Amino acid sequence: MIERLYHSLLRIRRLEEEVARVYATDKIKSPVHLSIGQEAVSVGVCEALRTTDIVFGTYRGHALYLAKGGDLKAMVAELFGKATGCTKGKGGSMHLIDPEAGVMGTSAVVGTTIANASGYAYALKTRKSDAVVVSFFGDGATEEGAFAETLNFAVLKRLPMLFVCENNGYAIHTSQAKRQGKPDIRGRAEAYGLNAERLDGEDVPGLANHSAEVIAKLRAGEGPWFFEVDTYRWREHVGPGKDYQLGYRSEAECEVRIANDPVIKLAAELPVRTQWRIKNEIEAEVADAFRFAESSDFPDASELMTDIYQESTDALTTA
Amino acid sequence: MPSQLLEPTPQAPSLRGKEERAFAPLLLGEGLGRGSSVRTLSFVDAVREAAEQEMVRDDSVIVFGLDVDDPKAIQGTTHGLLEKFGPERVFGTPLSEDAMTGAAIGMALAGMRPIHVHIRMDFLLLAMNQLINVAAKSRSMFGGRANVPMVVRAMIGKSWGQGAQHSQGLHSMFMHVPGIKVVAPSTPYDAKGCLAAAVRDNDPVLYVEHRLLHFQKGPVPEASYTVQPGKARITQPGEDITLVGISYMQVECLRAAKYLEGIGIRAEVIDPIWLSPLDIDTICESVERTGRLIVVDTAWTNCGAAAEIVAQVAERLQGVRDLRMKRMGFAPTTCPTTPVLEHLFYPNGRTIAAAASDMVEEEECGWMPEERPELQSIEFKGPF
Repeated sequence: MIERLYHSLLRIRRLEEEVARVYATDKIKSPVHLSIGQEAVSVGVCEALRTTDIVFGTYRGHALYLAKGGDLKAMVAELFGKATGCTKGKGGSMHLIDPEAGVMGTSAVVGTTIANASGYAYALKTRKSDAVVVSFFGDGATEEGAFAETLNFAVLKRLPMLFVCENNGYAIHTSQAKRQGKPDIRGRAEAYGLNAERLDGEDVPGLANHSAEVIAKLRAGEGPWFFEVDTYRWREHVGPGKDYQLGYRSEAECEVRIANDPVIKLAAELPVRTQWRIKNEIEAEVADAFRFAESSDFPDASELMTDIYQESTDALTTA
Repeated sequence: MPSQLLEPTPQAPSLRGKEERAFAPLLLGEGLGRGSSVRTLSFVDAVREAAEQEMVRDDSVIVFGLDVDDPKAIQGTTHGLLEKFGPERVFGTPLSEDAMTGAAIGMALAGMRPIHVHIRMDFLLLAMNQLINVAAKSRSMFGGRANVPMVVRAMIGKSWGQGAQHSQGLHSMFMHVPGIKVVAPSTPYDAKGCLAAAVRDNDPVLYVEHRLLHFQKGPVPEASYTVQPGKARITQPGEDITLVGISYMQVECLRAAKYLEGIGIRAEVIDPIWLSPLDIDTICESVERTGRLIVVDTAWTNCGAAAEIVAQVAERLQGVRDLRMKRMGFAPTTCPTTPVLEHLFYPNGRTIAAAASDMVEEEECGWMPEERPELQSIEFKGPF
């Protein structure tokens, strides 16, 4: 499992570092909200999921999309605005989707997919499926009405659903303490009747093991469940760089996190030759994905008026 | 129950084909197979029957919303569904319009076909984020990889002091946004056929009901059928002026046509039925003949459905022929409760007839028809 977790973590890290590097060339045609520093939450939880399980996420969704098995080439092509992108260049970085991998959508409007995830979970429950739904969102989303409304609905209908709050401490540039009178997200979830826990977002094997136990309970009808996971965003809210010069947080705060980097910690548990094999595999795959994106075509002008309604989608598929 | 009046044309169901210029109603039940009987049903029963038939036909169809499973069953439109289909497929929700709309979208993404019911359209404002930012956008922003087959039923209130927050017609807000369809049937026949079509559609559909239309009665085939998106219907043929009546204002336009008949003006009345996609062709063909158009909406005129229809006709027919056009709708103020003021807030058959007569005669002579008892308004008598 450690090898798999390391592979998944490093793959996301390297992909995003490459996105950040290429960003300056203006080849990427979409604002990017990098997950760097937060990858471990998606990797740990998704380790416990099957392809048939469903996830919903946020505009900071690269890590979730990849950890759940979303197509890497289609993602990079999407960032480049190419026709081969996962949404044909129409959604960009903030609206990644891969139905075959169970990634059912990410949103730029904070909190919206929490409610969407509950509806999907309701559908699975009525179909007597043993698949589960995991909703990923940030600490900011817990201030939205949809969050509270969805917690209530999930408990009311005993949905096979795991809520994962990636608490990175900031909504854009505003700290949780400046936004929440009582900054106890776990406690709020518990008050609604969920089993709710606070977890360490830098302990990937711990997250994976615990997620596996909880997901098994959800499959057995013992949902819903809630994780508040402590994590940290290393880069700026949007864009490839760092933002300590803005003064809303200190670099020292981040240095503690970097020193505790799960990528380094997991590597230390693997033989050196294994580390190198994985690194080389990932470098080749990432380079290949960027080549694919670069060499793909932009969509045809006719694509502007497709995918609006079913009829315009049909027109496209029969064209 | 108030008296039932003015059934909008007894043989209403005539989808106007491109080839037919005159008013040529299809026989009811045509194309529905042998043995399909046609009964007189209320709008309420037509909605209920469509939901029931769709739920039998497809077990992915479910109905939910505030109070759909309570004893009053949304004016009867969901009556009996809980008993027949059980609480998993028919359930009342928490008072959470935002999340429940989001949940409907999630169900639709999973392949279910939810019908989410709002007893007043005003409550849709609590659901706008999910409807406009997610439901309408999903197909497009996910590059065609997502279907959102959901129906949102929303009722416009009128009469007996519904007031500021129970009377709004907000359908034009949804017409503004690509990716969501809007339908506003005015007859029991269309109520059934449009709801079936909306349920089977793979896009989100806003299904607009007017509280006063619930009392309408009319012929409805027993067998299942659909009234497809994007087709208007000429409900009364005429050559002097075109009246387009949206939702409940269709009834008032038919009433106006009767008043106008009394002074020798023959109005053509059109029910657009589907507002998005809108059948502008049928409206333009009519206006090209009459040269005069009044669009009457159960909503404000500013940036509304009436404004849109007039604008499209103007774009299409400017320079083709001389045109006179007008919008009618709510007075540009907040709906009051006291009957004296409320009466002035809405257009009605008499004020529409007066405006039409002035337009045809090209002068304002102050004519207003005498109220005719046989055309009495169907009023909701209240109290609740």
